[in-house]
Amino acid sequence: MTVETAPMATGTLIASRSKQDIQARIAKRYAAERRFRAYGVSAILFGILFLVALFSTILVRGYSAFTQSAFTLDVNLDAGAFGSSSPPTESDLLMADYTKLANRALFQVLGVDPANRADAKAAAALLSANADTQIRKAVLADPSLIGKSVQLTLLAHGNVDSLMKGQFDRNIPEGRRQLSDKQLAWLDKAAEAGFLAKHFNTGLFTYGASSKPETAGVGVALVGSLYMMLIVLLFAVPLGVAAAVYLEEFAPKNFLTDTIEVNINNLAAVPSIVFGLLGLAIFINFMGIPRSASLVGGLVLALMTLPTIIIATRAAISAVPPSIREAALGVGASKMQSITHHVLPLAVPGILTGTIIGLAKALGETAPLLMIGMVAFVVEYPKTPIDAATALPVQIYMWATAAERGFVERTAGATLILLAFLVCMNVTAVILRRRYERRW
Amino acid sequence: MLNVQTSEIENRAVKLGTTDGTKVHAKDVNVYYGDKRALFDVTVNIPDRSVTAFIGPSGCGKSTFLRCINRMNDTIPICRVTGKITIDNEDIYDPSLDVVQLRARVGMVFQKPNPFPKSIYENVAYGPRIHGLAGTKAELDHIVQTSLEKAALWKEVKDRLNDPGTGLSGGQQQRLCIARAVAVGPEVILMDEPCSALDPIATAKVEELIDELKQNFCIIIVTHSMQQAARVSQRTAFFHLGILVEEGATNDIFTNPTDKRTQDYITGRFG
Amino acid sequence: MSTTILVLIILALGVVGWVLGNWRARTSVNGKTSALHSRPGYYGAYVLLWTTLPALLLLILWSAISPTVVSSMVSSRLPETVLAGPEQTRALTMSTIGMIEKGLSRLSSEELDKTADPATDVKALLLSKGVPLAVNPEPFAVDAARFQLAVKNSSQLLLTASALGLSLFCMAFGFFQVGPKLRSRNAVESVALAGLLGCSMVAILTTLGIVLSMLFESIHFFSMVPITDFLFGTVWDPRFSAAGATNEAGGQFGLLPLLWGTLYISLVALLVAVPVGLFSAVYMSEYASSKIRLTTKPLLEILAGIPTIVYGFFALITFGPLLRDAGALAGLSISATSVLTAGLIMGVMLIPFVSSLSDDIINAVPQSLREGSYGLGATQSETIKRVILPAALPGIVGAILLAASRAIGETMIVVLAAGIAPNLTLNPFEPVTTITVKIVSQLTGDLEFNSPQTLVAFALGLTLFVFTLALNIYALYIVRKYREQYE
Repeated sequence: MTVETAPMATGTLIASRSKQDIQARIAKRYAAERRFRAYGVSAILFGILFLVALFSTILVRGYSAFTQSAFTLDVNLDAGAFGSSSPPTESDLLMADYTKLANRALFQVLGVDPANRADAKAAAALLSANADTQIRKAVLADPSLIGKSVQLTLLAHGNVDSLMKGQFDRNIPEGRRQLSDKQLAWLDKAAEAGFLAKHFNTGLFTYGASSKPETAGVGVALVGSLYMMLIVLLFAVPLGVAAAVYLEEFAPKNFLTDTIEVNINNLAAVPSIVFGLLGLAIFINFMGIPRSASLVGGLVLALMTLPTIIIATRAAISAVPPSIREAALGVGASKMQSITHHVLPLAVPGILTGTIIGLAKALGETAPLLMIGMVAFVVEYPKTPIDAATALPVQIYMWATAAERGFVERTAGATLILLAFLVCMNVTAVILRRRYERRW
Repeated sequence: MLNVQTSEIENRAVKLGTTDGTKVHAKDVNVYYGDKRALFDVTVNIPDRSVTAFIGPSGCGKSTFLRCINRMNDTIPICRVTGKITIDNEDIYDPSLDVVQLRARVGMVFQKPNPFPKSIYENVAYGPRIHGLAGTKAELDHIVQTSLEKAALWKEVKDRLNDPGTGLSGGQQQRLCIARAVAVGPEVILMDEPCSALDPIATAKVEELIDELKQNFCIIIVTHSMQQAARVSQRTAFFHLGILVEEGATNDIFTNPTDKRTQDYITGRFG
Repeated sequence: MSTTILVLIILALGVVGWVLGNWRARTSVNGKTSALHSRPGYYGAYVLLWTTLPALLLLILWSAISPTVVSSMVSSRLPETVLAGPEQTRALTMSTIGMIEKGLSRLSSEELDKTADPATDVKALLLSKGVPLAVNPEPFAVDAARFQLAVKNSSQLLLTASALGLSLFCMAFGFFQVGPKLRSRNAVESVALAGLLGCSMVAILTTLGIVLSMLFESIHFFSMVPITDFLFGTVWDPRFSAAGATNEAGGQFGLLPLLWGTLYISLVALLVAVPVGLFSAVYMSEYASSKIRLTTKPLLEILAGIPTIVYGFFALITFGPLLRDAGALAGLSISATSVLTAGLIMGVMLIPFVSSLSDDIINAVPQSLREGSYGLGATQSETIKRVILPAALPGIVGAILLAASRAIGETMIVVLAAGIAPNLTLNPFEPVTTITVKIVSQLTGDLEFNSPQTLVAFALGLTLFVFTLALNIYALYIVRKYREQYE
């Protein structure tokens, strides 16, 4: 028995096992290894596949929003439509019945008899409700057009637009369809004759909120977002850089500093909607800034972006080697001078990258803006940061919850615009980082 | 019973296929890190059941060569090894050979003690578990105990096997790592400067342990300390700039080196 | 003079001060600027700071205090009947007076004199200036408004005079201190340092603002609805907020259905995000070649850069209907907005969050542990499963907690994909609603600020904040401890 407890006991454990046993065990272990690796690959593939699915869905749904169907019509602006006085007064110009002019032009090309009330109504429904505004704008811009026949491109109704984009199902029984057989026949004829066509949709970028999909655009929301981004830049960047400089270079190790650090880390993880509540309670209720103002939105987003900028700036500052600071101090610069003259300029690329990434995050943020009344039906461009405004992601939210079918395409289109902005910002950040990244 | 043991030993000898007791044989081994060549045509025979020391100045390739013997260099993507290394006449760079099994046969102890953040028991049981060496809990307990005994650690830790291994002192940690390596039942144990992170007393204990282990294992140790090489090893190999300069009985190397570089090194002219 | 113009004037004075300080420093040493203690610019900045800072401080203090003073002066002139009435009437009266005052401020001085006569139709007069009033104001209100306007005007005048005076006085004070011996750089730098410290305090102020504002409004809410009804109520039915109704007549405000929905969806999200995120982190840090890592890591991180509204939209138009149709094929009735829809999409959103944090944490596990394991003949997966992951466990738990806090506070995905029905259900195919969804729905639309229907949003926000704060602090603590262990 003594032999078995000899020093080689464990060695013999391997030796004593049959070769087959060992082979089988090894095979099992390698199978487990392959399985494990496969899990890893599939996890990554899952993420990438989802990414592809997300982007392709939105692209497929949204690309058509960048074109819009419109009728190209010869509108006869006969003087009789503009009241009796000559030249017409401004109120004549404003009050004239442009819808009638538009309809007349349309009836003419479609060959519809205006006297036939039913036909006239059906044909008029093919034009956007906005057609009159379009003519009025043309006339107001150049009153000398009155009395002439002018070729204008007038928006078609949303239903016509879906037909032109092939999103309209002609097989549904006529009674339940948005367009009747007669209307379809007119439209086919118009499309064939070439005066109904799809054009690039400039309206998507210039219009504001509208209940009609064909005249709804992100123009106003873009301006609102722009204001907010400017406010974020104005507030968050100086504050963030200053705070980072203090914490990284000057802060003594004490309770106050610890508290600040804990607060910054924690603010970075506070749900964004809580910042919205803060904005509502402090900026709107307490300080009395009007609701829906981009100033409030900008301030809330600035507070949210602050931790990102502070953290990025601190990383950039601490990456500057101490030898540079020492060199500056060594020639008699004060600490403040060594920082403003040497450390900060060297940290600028890092600060910029952090700022851009923070801005990109702020640009896509929706929840806090809902709290402070940015869910507003804003038609007018905001002239100052205190005017009612809305933001691009909020516009997406409002369209996403709108019932009308035409808005799905608009939503996806607006999402594409938002994503395009984010991609540009992130690519800039990556390029900045690549180009100016220094290894000390 | 005694017969069984003798036949076992005979078997082993037959398996070795060598009569001079060579365990590890290396021929024309070159190692490249990317474009940089780190080892130049190293050829050496290392005997079983003895301690062989690799000495030489920093960056001379002694650790690199050591890591070739259990193919730890495989974990470095840019590293390439040419030449031939055999253990018991078996080419360890043969594509059909399994590196996992090889490392079970060739244990390794590292420069800095690196116990896993687990209990002392789990540290030692780790190897036997992954290789399936124990069928029952009792067998595993047995392996853990004998391994700790062999590493001269059993007496110190037998009452606190469930304490974390990282809570031991540096010397104890290193002996735990030796016990961990021994538990798999290796034939060769590689030690990469095992005492460089230890204080003199812990070093003495580990050296004592190495001396005992050599009765059962082929031990190869890399060391910076010439005194240590002189104390523990039977044979010594001197590396310089990636070249194996001289190899022989430790006594000869230290008292009567044939090469000028070896002489300079052991008399402290460089390194 | 409006406050904006006043600020601009003070700043302009500051520039003048800068020029003067600079000039005096140069002339005091006859142009030999090396004889100065500091560079001349610092003397300029020294005078500039003296010129602007005290005056601006006065301005801020004045603006903070004067409204309270003015309103107490005005309310002391109100008739006994109003003062004795309930607080709400008094507040209403004060806001009416404020409106009238706003209108009066747009009148010319003759028109203003006319309003002193009770016979004047003030309502019509103000409407013509673009200030609509609900009713024709009582004479005492017009009177009080005139008084308020007068007080405000004189207060503004006093402010302008004292701010400009202070500014000029301090400019002179600073200016005459300028001389070669003055350590202007040190003084300017101390002010700058104080400014930097002030900027870092914004983080504390923000947290304080969040806590105080929510606490304040929540206490207001709990004075209308008992806190136990909120915390332990199982029915969420706030009714709609009727204008002016401040009594507790309508609605039940039980938190539990919302909390359940929030936790359920977060659980589903973590069930997706944790395995996928962890496995991709492990693959990325242990297996992938640096080439693969360089391409796939940014790809996965794109998921983190996509705004959540986009995820929500995707769930609403594509994923929800897809799940519903797939469920119909399998004979399950899955509603388009459900726990599953919201949870799965939120899970995908959290993947990069879990994976990049875990990646950092796994990379922090020392290489020596890997070598120790390989040296014993362990395969890579055995090393990962038995050595690396256990060693990294505390950090990974921290990462998961941070992800959980993200999931609990996430808004846009659940608003669009979870539904609005407060449901205490175990069925993942049914819609539920969450705390964040209800905050949004209680605060969008027309607000009546004193109704429990609106104030409950702040109680919900406070609940959310407390939950996430606890998770964050605990998670950050764990992660920090973990980092220290291997540093």
